[in-house]
Parts: sequence; structure tokens; C-alpha cells
Amino acid sequence: MKKPNTFIVVAAVAAAVIAATWLLLAAPGYTGNEINMTRGVTSQSTINYSLHMTVLWICIVIGIIVFSAMFVSIVLHRKSRGYNPAQFTHSTKAEIIWTVIPVLILVVMAVPATRALVNMEVAPETEMTVKITGFQWRWKYEYVEDGISFISSLDPESNAARRLASGTPPEEVDNYLLEVDKPLVLPANTKIKFLITADDVIHSWWVPALGWKRDAVPGYINEAWTEIMEPGIYRGQCAELCGRDHGFMPIVLHVLPRAEYDAWVLEQQNPESVSRLAASPARPSATAYENE
Amino acid sequence: MSMETTLSHDTPAHDDHHHDKPRGLARWLYTTNHKDIGTLYLVFSLLMFFIGGSMAMIIRAELFMPGLQLVEPEFFNQMTTMHALIMVFGAVMPAWVGFANWMLPMMIGAPDMALPRMNNWSFWILPFAFTMLLSTLFMDSGGPAAGWTLYPPLSLQGGQSFAFVVFAVHMMGISSIMGSINVIATILNLRAPGMTLLRMPLFVWTWLITAFLLIMVMPVLAGAVTMLLTDHFFGTSFFNAAGGGDPVMFQHIFWFFGHPEVYIMILPAFGVVSEIIPTFARKPLFGYSAMVYATASIAFLSFIVWAHHMFTVGMPLTGALFFMYATMLIAVPTGVKVFNWVSTMWKGSMTFETPMLFAIAFVVLFTIGGLSGLMLAIASVDLQYHDTYFVVAHFHYVLVPGSVFALMAGAYYWLPKWTGHMYSETWGKIHFWVSAISVNILFFPQHYLGLAGMPRRIPDYSTQFADFNMISSIGGFIFGASQLIFVGVIVHCVYKSRQKATAQVWEGAKGLEWTLPSPAPYHTFDTPPVIDETTIAHAHSRH
Repeated sequence: MKKPNTFIVVAAVAAAVIAATWLLLAAPGYTGNEINMTRGVTSQSTINYSLHMTVLWICIVIGIIVFSAMFVSIVLHRKSRGYNPAQFTHSTKAEIIWTVIPVLILVVMAVPATRALVNMEVAPETEMTVKITGFQWRWKYEYVEDGISFISSLDPESNAARRLASGTPPEEVDNYLLEVDKPLVLPANTKIKFLITADDVIHSWWVPALGWKRDAVPGYINEAWTEIMEPGIYRGQCAELCGRDHGFMPIVLHVLPRAEYDAWVLEQQNPESVSRLAASPARPSATAYENE
Repeated sequence: MSMETTLSHDTPAHDDHHHDKPRGLARWLYTTNHKDIGTLYLVFSLLMFFIGGSMAMIIRAELFMPGLQLVEPEFFNQMTTMHALIMVFGAVMPAWVGFANWMLPMMIGAPDMALPRMNNWSFWILPFAFTMLLSTLFMDSGGPAAGWTLYPPLSLQGGQSFAFVVFAVHMMGISSIMGSINVIATILNLRAPGMTLLRMPLFVWTWLITAFLLIMVMPVLAGAVTMLLTDHFFGTSFFNAAGGGDPVMFQHIFWFFGHPEVYIMILPAFGVVSEIIPTFARKPLFGYSAMVYATASIAFLSFIVWAHHMFTVGMPLTGALFFMYATMLIAVPTGVKVFNWVSTMWKGSMTFETPMLFAIAFVVLFTIGGLSGLMLAIASVDLQYHDTYFVVAHFHYVLVPGSVFALMAGAYYWLPKWTGHMYSETWGKIHFWVSAISVNILFFPQHYLGLAGMPRRIPDYSTQFADFNMISSIGGFIFGASQLIFVGVIVHCVYKSRQKATAQVWEGAKGLEWTLPSPAPYHTFDTPPVIDETTIAHAHSRH
């Protein structure tokens, strides 16, 4: 009676630990599924990633300590082992200890958390401004200084495939639901200010690689800033429920090196000069902007 | 004990007049008996648990694979919204009121609830409220689809059926307020002599505090939805920016209700678990007074953390810092509770009947939900976590293997007292293991989905999220189906079980309810019991 019980508990705990380890460490390798927060490409996302990992590890250690005590107790202090119950009922000393220690841990967490928030919220001098307006169900981008503006909606291919019983398997669509007709083009290594608002209902503008999301609220203009360190293509989605097609208003950033970005701006302002600039190979799908 | 026993076993002719009860439907319609009303609440909430659960099954079925296979996005939004409204207001909250009705009078030595007619009314409002809420699904403009938080302006885009939603919420609120007035009046006035406040079982304490939370926040919700109603139908602009209103103000008002609301659903769970663990550890609850103070601290803190649901809305830096620090502080009293439960188990003499299994799973899985809550409190990282499946995983961990597991633990724990029969321990354990494993398959992968960037409330997703959604859905189907075992166990216990329960039921059980025969007679404690220090659990907690 007593041996099988202990064996079952130990086996269950071992199985749980192995399963958890596999899921945490091995699963992404096998399946290609990302399971953790992205490190991203901005100072904010990097800080958030490391803060997330710090707090996660603190939580894991607390969890291991608490659950170990419980499982040791479950294995040892059972009636089937003939264990007689102790009758202690309270200890002021213990209560003080497990009040004070968590407070100290919280203080340790609060210091970097405060620093990260200050860095996030207090914008530096920015070099350019993009106004973002959320609509049901697309985004409008306005380059305030350069006078460029356009609307960005779900890519037609995804839009056809996502219909109920469309007959097109999502796997056959490139970047299913995460592609737009006109991406937001931004320069790398430039401090950019975003002014975020909405025209109808509340939306939320989120590109995980930037490290934050910000709600687009009608009647409000929210501010956020970024400085993207690496050129590339970054994808995100609306994060606040905004009605029927909330799941179908993605965000795509094409981040270009500064010189190419400047060329792109010129091209947008003088569409005739397209042919001269279209040769640039690093620029993603230049044709997408021609009908601007 | 002897007195009540003889009374209830007398022939009907010799009964007191108030021992007569009508038969059939009339008994349930007109009843003012706390046990009958408790049963009504519990059966109602179980029904709602299955209705809300079927909606969750539709959600998980649509999310089984990328691409839309089953439902249109608008209907999907109605399902997520209704699932939440039904589960919060129809399943979890009424279930706790059902437990309060059944157990509070028996735990404090009272003959009934203090306000029995209001008790009847507060229950019978609910079937009408939920019929009205569910009927919106069959109306032209469909059910509410803006999420259970009903954020304007989106919620104002709903059609005529929105009025039904608002009125249903009002009725639920009235029911809750009457229920909590009753709980407070009962606990403060009807305790047996000698049952001092600091001798009350912890379940009584947690419900007393919960009732105060309810009275304070339900009117706030009523105000918020009334303003939505007039904005929608009468041309006011409380939340309409174009008319000088403020959509963000709604979120502040809603979460001033909403955050205490989540503690309303979890505090009675703390209470039940604090009854069950000492019973099966055969050892008194560790740190009784600390548990009471921790519960009160959590309740207080719940009023000053609401804007942690709104870090992405945009608020001043000092505001965000305040709400971050206050939220982190909640970890302290919550930690005290977890440490005290573990200390209660420590050096006990434990057995693992179904209620204890659910209680232990509660402590472990609620703690996981609490730790992810601590992560969510970090405001700057919340700008990544917010509105993703990480949040969905977090609150389902505290609500499903949290509140719902505690409800099941309590149901198994007191079922023999209610019915006079033992339930099937084998099937109870099967129910536990299938539920406990599947609930983790269901919700744990959702942490990964959220961290990897999947927003919540979307009917379709890009292919990178496919694998974990499929795992989660499989867990969901198993979890949903396994709840049928629960119904089977209850039906068997009520109608078929031949194994009679003793008055004590559980070897280590202490408290006034266990001095009564099983099943508990229709009327109990007509005369206040004499408090015997050895029968109540916390007799020696104060020296």
C-alpha cells in the first residue's frame, strides 16, 4: 500500500518535470514553434525581454521551492505511512519571515521594472513622426514631416483564403494573415515618434519586435517612440478587440537602411522618379508602392 | 445534535408547522429554506457551467486549425463574449452563493439565512436574467460581441439586443447585492453564542469579505452599463469622444468593478480550500489569523489596482508606477496564504480523497496563475503581454483550476453531508485526474502562444501558432467531456448510492456542520448549538 503510492507520486513528479523541460527546451527545436517572447530589435524590446526572463526565473525558483515542500510533504506525511499528525497551529516568526522575504524580492524586481518603464515612457528627442490611425479594419499611416500617407490593409491573398470554407489551406499562403498590401516603411537607427489614434473604435497597434503595444483610442492621441536597430521585415497585429475583423488587420514594417529609406521617401513624393530608384535590390517589393 | 435529529425524524403529523413544505415545483418556487435555495443555486450554476462550456468548445473547435472552418468571425466574437459573461455571472458567482446558502448557517450555528424571502428572490431573478441574456443570440442583431468588458465604442455598435444585455446585467447585479446583504446579515447577527468572529471557519470569513466587495462594486457596474445604455439609445455621450465623452473613462469605471470582481470569484475558493486541507491533513489550519488578515488585505488591495488592466491605454508615468507597485504588493498576502496551506499539510497525516486532490491541485495551479499574474504586473513588460494568450492562460489558471477546482473540491467535500450518501470515490478520482491533466494541456500551451505573439479574441491565426492551438483544443475537448463524469458522480450520489454517510463523514473533519446528521435535516439549529471547543476547528486560535 505504502510503496506503490510513493512510487506513483515520484513517477508523476518525474514525468511532469521531464514533460515541462521538453516543452521548454526541446519543443521549439523540433516544431519550429517559438515559445518565448521575442528579443526584438529595439532597446525597449531587449530590456523587456531581459526583464521578462528575470521575473520568469524568479517565479520558477519560487514555484520550485513551494512545490518541492508540498511534494515532500505529500510523499512523507501521509496516513498510509502511519505518520502521526503534528498539532502546531501557528508561528508568528514564520509569518513575519514569509511576509518580509517576498517584500524584499518584490523590491528587487521593482528596481529594474521602474527603470524599464521610465525608459519606455520618457521619449527622447525624435527625428521623425508617424501618425497611426486605426480603422475597422485597417491602419492609416501618415508621415508627418514628409507628407506621405496611405492605408494598409490585409493582403488580398490572405483575405481570400481566410473566408469561411474558402478552399485555400492557410499553409499555401505566404505569411497567412500577417501580410499587408502596403507595409509601413521606416528607417533603421532613427528615433521615431508615433502618434496613435483611432477613428471608430479602440484598436491597439502592436509589433512584438518593437517591444510594446499602444492602444489607439478615438478622441485620444497616444504617443510612443522607437529606434529600430536592424533593417528587416517585422510583423504584428491589432491587439484590442475591434469588431468582426479584429483578427484580420495585420501590421507589417519594412525597415530600411537610412539611405534606402530616404530614396523611398523621394520616390513617394515624386512617383515619376520610380524607374531610377527601382533598381535597388534591398528594397522589398518596390512595385507595391507605385500606385501611391 | 440530538434535538434536531429527533425533530426531523418525527412523523409529519407531529411536525412544527414550518416543517411542512409544498411538494413538486411549488416547493422550489416558494422556498425560503437556505438548503433548498442553496441547491437551486448549485444546480443553476452547473447548468450555466455546461452552457458556457459548450461555447468554449465552439471557440476551441474553431481554433483547432488555422483558417475559418466552422463559424463566422462575428459569431466567434459573440461566443467569446457570452462564454465569459455566462461563466463569470452564471456559473462561478451563483455557485459560490449556493455554497454560502448551504454552508454558512450550518457552519455558524444559525437556523437559516437572516433574510429568507429576499434569499428566494435573489435566486429567482437569475433564471430570468440569463434567459434574457441568452435570448440575444437568437435576435437579429445577435448577442453581445464586444467582449465581456463591453468596452465602448465597440459595444455601442451592437444592435437593439444590447438593451437586453444591459438589463440582464442589472438583474444579476441586483441578485448579487441581495445575496451579499443576506450573507452579511446572517454572519453578523445569527452566529451561535460562543462563535466569535475569530472562531468562524475560514469559508465564513472569506464569504463575509466577498460580500462586502460585492456590495461595493456591483453598483459601479450597474452605473457603467446604464451609461452605455443611454449612450446607445438616448443620445448621451458619456463615452463618445465626438460628443465630449471619454471612452477611457468607461475602462476605469469597469475595472474598478472588474478587479474586485475577480477576487469575488477567488476568495470563497480560498475559504473552501482552507476547510479541506486541514480535514485531510488531520491537522489544524496553520496561521488562522494570518489567513483572515491576508484575505482582508487582498480585498483592500483589489480596490487600488484596477488600472493594471489598462497599461497600454496610455497613462502618466506616475500612474503606471503606482498601479504596478500596488499590483505587485498583492503577491505578499497571496503568498502568505499559499505558505500557510503548505504548512498545514506539513507534518500532517494526509489522505487523498477526491476533495483533497482537488484542493492540492488548486494550490499548485492557482500558484502558477498567481506567478504569471506577478509577471503581468510589471508594467513595461505588460506592454508585450497585454491582450495576448499569455493573459488568457493567466486568468484561466486562476479561474478554472483555481475557482472551479475549489468549487469541485467543495462539492465532493460536502456532497455526503447534503445527500446523506457517499459519492463514488473511484469515479471522483477518475474525474479529478482527467480534469487535472487535461486542464493543463488546455491552458499551459496558451502561455507559449501569447509569448510568441498571438493576440486574444481572434477567430483565426497565422500558421506559426497552429501546433499549440491544436494541443490546447485537444486538452479543451477532454476537459469539457470529463465534466460529464462530474455530473454522473453527483447523479449517482443523489439517487443511486447505497453507501450511507456518517455525521462526521471525514475522519479529520471539524466544525459545526459535521455535528449534524447526514443528510442535514431540512431545518437545523432551531436552537443555537452549544459551542464545544473540540468540535469547532479554530477554537484555540486565540490565546
